[in-house]
Amino acid sequence: MSGFMIRRLIQALLVLLTMSALVFVAVFAIGDPLALLVDPQADQHDIARVRRGLGLDQPWWVQYARFLGALVHGDLGRSFVHGEPAIRLVLERMPATLELAVAALLIALLVGVPLGLWVGLQPRSWSARLIDALSLLGFSLPTFWVGMMFIMLFGVWLGWLPTGGRGETTLWLGIPLSIGSLDGWRHLLLPALTLALFKCSLLLRLTASATREALRQDYVRFARARGLHPARIVFVHVFKNILIPIVTVSGLEFGSLIAFAVVTETVFAWPGMGKLLIEAIGQLDRPVVVAYLLVTVTLFVTINLAVDLLYALLDPRVRLRSRS
Amino acid sequence: MSRRGWFSLILLAALLLAALLAPWLASQNPYDLATLDILDARLPPGSAALDHGGTYWLGTDAQGRDMLSAMLYGLRISLAVGVLSTLLALTAGVVLGLLAAWHGRWVDALIMRVVDIQLSFPAILLALVLLALTGPGVSKIVLALLAAQWAYYARTARSAALVECQKDYVAAARLLRLPTWRILLRHVLPNCLPTLLTVAALQLAAAISLEATLSFLGLGLPVTEPSLGLLIANGFQYLLSGRYWISVFPGLLLVVVLTCCNLLADALRQRADPREAGR
Repeated sequence: MSGFMIRRLIQALLVLLTMSALVFVAVFAIGDPLALLVDPQADQHDIARVRRGLGLDQPWWVQYARFLGALVHGDLGRSFVHGEPAIRLVLERMPATLELAVAALLIALLVGVPLGLWVGLQPRSWSARLIDALSLLGFSLPTFWVGMMFIMLFGVWLGWLPTGGRGETTLWLGIPLSIGSLDGWRHLLLPALTLALFKCSLLLRLTASATREALRQDYVRFARARGLHPARIVFVHVFKNILIPIVTVSGLEFGSLIAFAVVTETVFAWPGMGKLLIEAIGQLDRPVVVAYLLVTVTLFVTINLAVDLLYALLDPRVRLRSRS
Repeated sequence: MSRRGWFSLILLAALLLAALLAPWLASQNPYDLATLDILDARLPPGSAALDHGGTYWLGTDAQGRDMLSAMLYGLRISLAVGVLSTLLALTAGVVLGLLAAWHGRWVDALIMRVVDIQLSFPAILLALVLLALTGPGVSKIVLALLAAQWAYYARTARSAALVECQKDYVAAARLLRLPTWRILLRHVLPNCLPTLLTVAALQLAAAISLEATLSFLGLGLPVTEPSLGLLIANGFQYLLSGRYWISVFPGLLLVVVLTCCNLLADALRQRADPREAGR
């Protein structure tokens, strides 16, 4: 097990290094930020001074070397627009995004898995057919449009829920969270539902097909032949086995939830790092874009690592294969 | 194929036809400013036009544009971008996937490592960053979608081809000393097609949805070529004042297109999977 962990850790670090280089090379080509920062009436001398001040007069490889050196110190440069360290800006917004993504994942799991289990167990019942059809629809609804429809329905027409922002936050261990107050919950509900819908359909369909697959296996027939109670067969034998794909996929999809939070945050004006990214791209704020990408890549690599380890814990075959 | 599959295929073909014939079907050219009347702006569905006596069945937008005509033109752009990028990504992915499966060893290892890294990064972020670099435009969004999606096809093509390459007919073709490209394209590829088509239908929906999302975020297509996503985005600011039709109708059309693609993918998957064929 420890050999397996060390190998995966080294792999993760390599991916991180590659991504940092790719991110830098890619973002280096984003237009000239000076056009935005400098007063259009400034003369050549002022422009040159600002350019030197930001280190933009150096060739790209000098900029990259400085970038890597600073990266080791956790310094990704200052935001051109806000004048604050870019990494701090991103990290400040991270709790809001993570809160949204975790809430969406929980909704998707709590709704998708039980319904998927039902569809897999009773594929011919009319309720299962209905759920299956609805899941296909949920799969086809674009996130941003769903968010807008929710705003229209619950915010404008019914007036039940607020249409944007994060609401009142309370500090938990120094981190501002919305789930501490009723007002925060009311603000969180719509964006979390919007973000969850697609993943919920995905988990539902995955659980349904995994259940159908598991029911065909010999161990289920054998358990039936032994006369075990049907509930025991479903919740112990079948459920344990479909847990493996569900854990893997929800882990991997958590990364994609963070990515899709960019869309949801823009629709609901949720002050997370996704909204920050869209603003930074619009303002050609290069350090913030780089900081966002590196923070998310680190998050993804960590999640993938955690999923792999969890996978090894759940599935003995993975552990045994890595030992030999 | 199932009834649902045929139904979605026919509906999709009808929508494609409507998109192709948009200039003849639409009552006005929504991007010819001379035909727009600003006095007709933001009329609700079913309103009569002020001067020429026509009816705006789905209302008008902030510029007095007929929504139905704008949607037909928007559908045209959305479908064109989706189909084009899907075809390009399919070709690129299949070529790389087949190469990886056939050569094995370091070619396989190299291609699949790139695929792994790419797939660990959500497609939307990759496309977003690429578009932030290149700026908006039809060719740029097609490139961004190609870059974001080829890996799915490469992985599918490789795993399907690996199974096929073990079979006797490939060994026989090798014994006949057929050239490699002929074995891959004429013998291996046709047998991989059922799985690839399923992935292609799914990814077509993903491509159209991704384009709409990026255009909504203001990164996809320029205002001069509004796809369905941009039409929806334009209506967002009017949604809060109750003028729902500017966003809702293009959105519904988008949902119909995406649902058809996903239904088709579902039907193709059931057809390709022998265990599910009896259901």
